[in-house]
Amino acid sequence: MSDTLTSSDLAHIAKLVNLSIDADQYDLFSSQLTAILDFVSRLQEVPTKNIAPTAQVTGLTNVYRDDVVDQPRILTQKDALANAHETHNGFFVVPAVFE
Amino acid sequence: MKMEIKALTIQSALAGLRTKQFTAVDVVGACLTNVKKFNEDYQALLAVVDEDVLMAQAKDIDATDYSLPLSGIPIVLKDLFTSDGIRTTAGSKVLEQYVPVFDATVVAKLKAAGAIIIGKANQDAWGHGSSGENSDYTPTKNPYDPSRVPGGSSSGSAAAVALGMCLAATGTDTGSSVRLPAAFCNLVGLKPTYGRVSRYGIIAMASSFDTIGHITKTVYDNALICEITAGKDAYDATTSEIPVPQYTNKLDIKLQGVKIGLPKEYFGLHGMDPRVSDVTRTAIKKLEDLGARIVDVSLPHTSVAMACYYILVPSEVSSNLARFDGVRFGNGRETFGMEAKRRMMIGTYALSSGYYDAYYKTAAQIRTLIKKDFDDVFGAVDVLVAPSSPTLPFAIGQKSNDPVAMYLSDIFMCPVNIAGVPAVNVPCGFVGDLPVGMQIIGPQFGEERIYQIASIYEKETQWYKKTPKI
Repeated sequence: MSDTLTSSDLAHIAKLVNLSIDADQYDLFSSQLTAILDFVSRLQEVPTKNIAPTAQVTGLTNVYRDDVVDQPRILTQKDALANAHETHNGFFVVPAVFE
Repeated sequence: MKMEIKALTIQSALAGLRTKQFTAVDVVGACLTNVKKFNEDYQALLAVVDEDVLMAQAKDIDATDYSLPLSGIPIVLKDLFTSDGIRTTAGSKVLEQYVPVFDATVVAKLKAAGAIIIGKANQDAWGHGSSGENSDYTPTKNPYDPSRVPGGSSSGSAAAVALGMCLAATGTDTGSSVRLPAAFCNLVGLKPTYGRVSRYGIIAMASSFDTIGHITKTVYDNALICEITAGKDAYDATTSEIPVPQYTNKLDIKLQGVKIGLPKEYFGLHGMDPRVSDVTRTAIKKLEDLGARIVDVSLPHTSVAMACYYILVPSEVSSNLARFDGVRFGNGRETFGMEAKRRMMIGTYALSSGYYDAYYKTAAQIRTLIKKDFDDVFGAVDVLVAPSSPTLPFAIGQKSNDPVAMYLSDIFMCPVNIAGVPAVNVPCGFVGDLPVGMQIIGPQFGEERIYQIASIYEKETQWYKKTPKI
C-alpha cells in the first residue's frame, strides 16, 4: 500500500493538526509527504498477525505518587503568566471561540 | 593563566582546580573567549549567559574546595532543556521569546553538582533533524570542516564542545541526536537507556523514544555526568528505580571473555561509504586484539526499522506539538518551520481514522519485533558494535531538500531508540580530517558495560586528542 496525498487530503490533515499551509507550499508538501508514505509503506510486507503492539519499553506499570500538594512545583500566578502574549486581570487571554 | 580548552577534559580540569593550577574564573573565561572567537562563524550557541553573572558564579566556586563532582565545570545545554531565566527556543521560532521560570530536573542536578551553565546550544528545531540544518535560526557548522554539517539534532552541543566553548554539553537522543553529532565532531556521546535519565523539563519530541544524554571529549567525562543526571525522578514516571552505578569507578576492566556482536545487517548496507567501513573494521580489529571475542549476529527486522520509526515518532510529535497554541507562551502555530509541519502532518495522517490500523498499529507491532531482535541478541553477546553513520559528515545543503535521504542518515541509530537500549558513540578514527564514530550498544540499563568497552578502546587509541584545526 502506498498512498498519494492530494491537495484535499493535505487540507484535511492540516485542519486536523491546526496548521495553515500556504497555497504555494501544497505541491512541495504533497510530493514530500507522498515520498515519506511511499518509504514507510514497506511495513506492510512484514507479517504482524497476533503480534502485540508496543507503546512503551520500560516495563513499568501503574506508577503512582502520593496524593499531596507539591508546593515547590507549583508556579506562582505571576510566573505562570510571565510568558503569555496577552493577560487580563491575572488570567490568560485566549482566542474567542464564539464571535 | 592561559589554557587550551579545546583539549581540556573535565577530569583534568577538576584535577587542575583542586591542585590550584588554575581557577574556575580562568576556565569560564577561556570558554567565553572561544564563544566570542567562534560563535559567529560556527553558530553553535543561540544564547550566552551574561559574562558578569558567569564570572560571579565562577568566583563563588573558587571560594570553595571544589569538592562537588562538577565544581566550576562550564556546560552548555541543548535548547530543548528548560533553564530558569535563560531563553529556551527548542531551535524554533515558536519559542523565540520564551524565558522559562523553572529548571529541568537534569539542569537542576547539574547546577547542584557545581556546573556553570554557559549558554544554550543551537539545534534542529524541536530535535527534528540529523544535520542541524532544520534550525529555525542559522545552521551550525562542523568545527572539523565548516562546509559540512556537524550532525544533528544536538548540532550546537557537539560544535560547542569541539570548539572549546564548554567542557561538556547536554543533548537529547530520540533517533540519533546525541550520537550522530558526537560521531561527526570526534566526541563521546551517550544515548542512555530509556527511563535512565529524567525527561522532566525537556521539551518533548516523541515521548516513548526521547532519552536525555550528553556529549563530552572522553568516556570518563561522559560517565561522570551520567552518574549525576541518571536516576529516579518523581516528576517523570517513566524513570527507573534501578540504582545508578558509580560508572567512573568501574571503567578499568579487561576485554578478555567479552563477547561483541556485529549485526550483519548493519555491515552489508547498500550505500555505506567504504572509507567509513574500513575505519570501523580497523577499530573492531583493535577490540579483538585487546581480547574481545567478535561474533556475527543478526537483527532481522533492521530493514523496516526506519519505516517503523518514521510512523511512530511523527505520530508522537504531532501529539506533543499540538500543545503549542501561542496562548500561555510562545508564538502561534504559523511560526512552525517546514520539518515540524511535515512531521506533524505525517503523524496526524498515521493516527487518523481509516489509516490508524495500517500505519500506527502496524508500526507499533513491528516495534515489538525490533525490540525482540535486540532482546534475543543480548542473550548471546555482551554488546553490539556498529558504525555510527553510513557516511562521513556530509556537505551543508546536500540532503536538505530530500527528507527521506536525510532520514536514512540515522539508519544505524534509530533501531536503538525503538528498542530503548543504551548506546555510546566513541571516536574511532579519521578519513582525512573528518572524524568517524563507532557505536557500542548495550542491553537495557547496560551503560556500565558500554562505558567499560568504550574506555578500554579510548585508552588504546586516544582519537579525542585530535582537535579541530581552528
